[in-house]
Amino acid sequence: MSQVHEGAAAPSGAHARGADGSRDLRLTGLTKEYATFTAVKSLDLVVPQGEFFALLGPSGCGKTTTLRMVAGLDTPTSGTIHLGDTEITFEKPYRRPVNTVFQNYALFPHLNIAKNVAFGLERRGIKNTRQQVADMLELVELTSQAHKKPTQMSGGQQQRVALARALINKPEVLLLDEPLGALDLKLRRGMQLELKRIQTEVGLTFVHVTHDQEEAMTMADTIAVMNQGVIEQMGAPSELYENPRTTFVANFLGQSNLIAGEIEGRDGDHVKVRVQGAVASVPGDRAHSDSGKGWLGIRPEKVLIAEAGTPIDAPGDVITGGYVTDVSFVGVSTQYSVMMPWGQELTVFEQNTGARSMLPVGTKVDISWRPEFAFLLDASQDAKAGIEDD
Amino acid sequence: MTRARRWIGEHLVLGLGLLVLAYTFVPIAIVVLMSFNDSSTSRNVYKFQKFTWDNWLHPGSWADGMADSVWLSIRIALLATVVATALGTLAAFALVRHRFAGRSAANLIIFLPMASPEIVMGSSLLALFVSAGFGGQLGFWTILIAHIMFCLSFVIVTVKARLSGLNDNLEQAAMDLYATEAQTFWRVTFPLVLPGIVGAALLSFSLSFDDFIITNLNAGQEVTFPMFVYGANQRGVPMEVNVIGTAMFVISIAVVLGNEIVRRRQEKALAA
Repeated sequence: MSQVHEGAAAPSGAHARGADGSRDLRLTGLTKEYATFTAVKSLDLVVPQGEFFALLGPSGCGKTTTLRMVAGLDTPTSGTIHLGDTEITFEKPYRRPVNTVFQNYALFPHLNIAKNVAFGLERRGIKNTRQQVADMLELVELTSQAHKKPTQMSGGQQQRVALARALINKPEVLLLDEPLGALDLKLRRGMQLELKRIQTEVGLTFVHVTHDQEEAMTMADTIAVMNQGVIEQMGAPSELYENPRTTFVANFLGQSNLIAGEIEGRDGDHVKVRVQGAVASVPGDRAHSDSGKGWLGIRPEKVLIAEAGTPIDAPGDVITGGYVTDVSFVGVSTQYSVMMPWGQELTVFEQNTGARSMLPVGTKVDISWRPEFAFLLDASQDAKAGIEDD
Repeated sequence: MTRARRWIGEHLVLGLGLLVLAYTFVPIAIVVLMSFNDSSTSRNVYKFQKFTWDNWLHPGSWADGMADSVWLSIRIALLATVVATALGTLAAFALVRHRFAGRSAANLIIFLPMASPEIVMGSSLLALFVSAGFGGQLGFWTILIAHIMFCLSFVIVTVKARLSGLNDNLEQAAMDLYATEAQTFWRVTFPLVLPGIVGAALLSFSLSFDDFIITNLNAGQEVTFPMFVYGANQRGVPMEVNVIGTAMFVISIAVVLGNEIVRRRQEKALAA
């Protein structure tokens, strides 16, 4: 085996910087077509250097394919991938300053933990890896496990080895392909914080693929929500959550009540919508349609609920005539299903402040919300898009 | 009553297990015992006469032709193992890793030599050799060709099983970690498939060494060890045959044990 030439694959260190000196990851018109379907459709995306970026979407939305194209494990049908000013679209995977944490970890079963972690450095012809490996194992708190084989470790430990094995190479971009998917809930929460801590510490660009919206919101600076090969919306977690632009984002990221309405038009910086007899107004920057039919959206925790006839602390119209069909108590909040006069069931979350006891099933209720929390979407979209049936 | 029943319940499985073990090992024990039998005073070879080291210590006094037959069998088994393992490993890689026309047909066909009766394979090979004009040259090379042929299926099947069990994410991970295609193969793929290749080689050696039917049909004037034993059996098996039998048994056990010891020592070294 000694005839194998080592160190041939070192990625060139002095990469050209972008026009502004940055090493942003830029995907331009990236497309991947298979014989029977298109996995990724003309994707345009910029991931700023040093950011924790999440690609969020249901399985089959093209997020993993996108990741694999950045890693060089899949070849795009068209489009380009740039790191700073360097094009890496067709570069071999071992020539890109990009490393991946695989979904099932893909640790080398015949090598011990230290050897697994040193693998990347050794392939680049770096001789004395001992200190770096020790430092990296300390970072992921596995120093005492250095001589174990991967199969002797728990899922969470293997996950950290996979992370260390990628991080030690100080890649410009670290790709994480659902790295926490195989862990149980408690461990997953712990690892989310750990990952975020490490990312802040090392300051690398992380691109994290996941279908877990909570995970994406907890960790990412920016989330791109992907659906059927395209990006539906991109932005900071709070921005996506508070002001979704499509029904898919409204439903996939948290839950939404979408009520059919007739848009009456703009009025100053608000858009007026006629909803089941009442008129609601939506702030202009939250209205993503201004004519025809629309979906008026409101998050369940933004809906205020009270027994019929009692006052509600909201400036907008109060909608009457609903009754409670289901109550579930989840500790911090109570979740109600309320049947409205027009035959639609709305979801309402009320925080358990203790101000009022739980409303039993059958109670007649009024609901309302503050207009600034509503959003307005084009009614040509499926109101059920992005709802996961599980 | 219940106590007796419980006693039976607790010991029945153990007892049956010991019986099965005995069933397997008694014949081997007889072979070992007979390899120390002094048969010089009696023609009745199936009776233990007297303990002696002579069978082991004096190969020169072995029955005529036996040492030659053992040497021939070893040479053929070694060559057949090397060629079949090399070809079979390459074929297994092709069958697992590449999509090509006729791949599924090829996957099916490699089972045929394992599934068809040896007597059919042996006679059809003989027919092939004769009709190709090698009827007069039957011997070492025709035996070797025949052995490579039937070992090949076993090698392909063994290596294929190992290779398909291999997670191809591992190779992608290696490439992602700056290993070139060649480094990926030698550092990751090959070490992980190696146990399968070694297993296939050991299997080939033993298959080749003890084959009788196919060999007998294609051997011409040559006599391999199994053919010698078969021939000698007409007059009474000489005790030296048991020496070879015992030696083969001890060597196989030693290989298996050695493998296990090395594995445990590595694990211990890693754990330290």
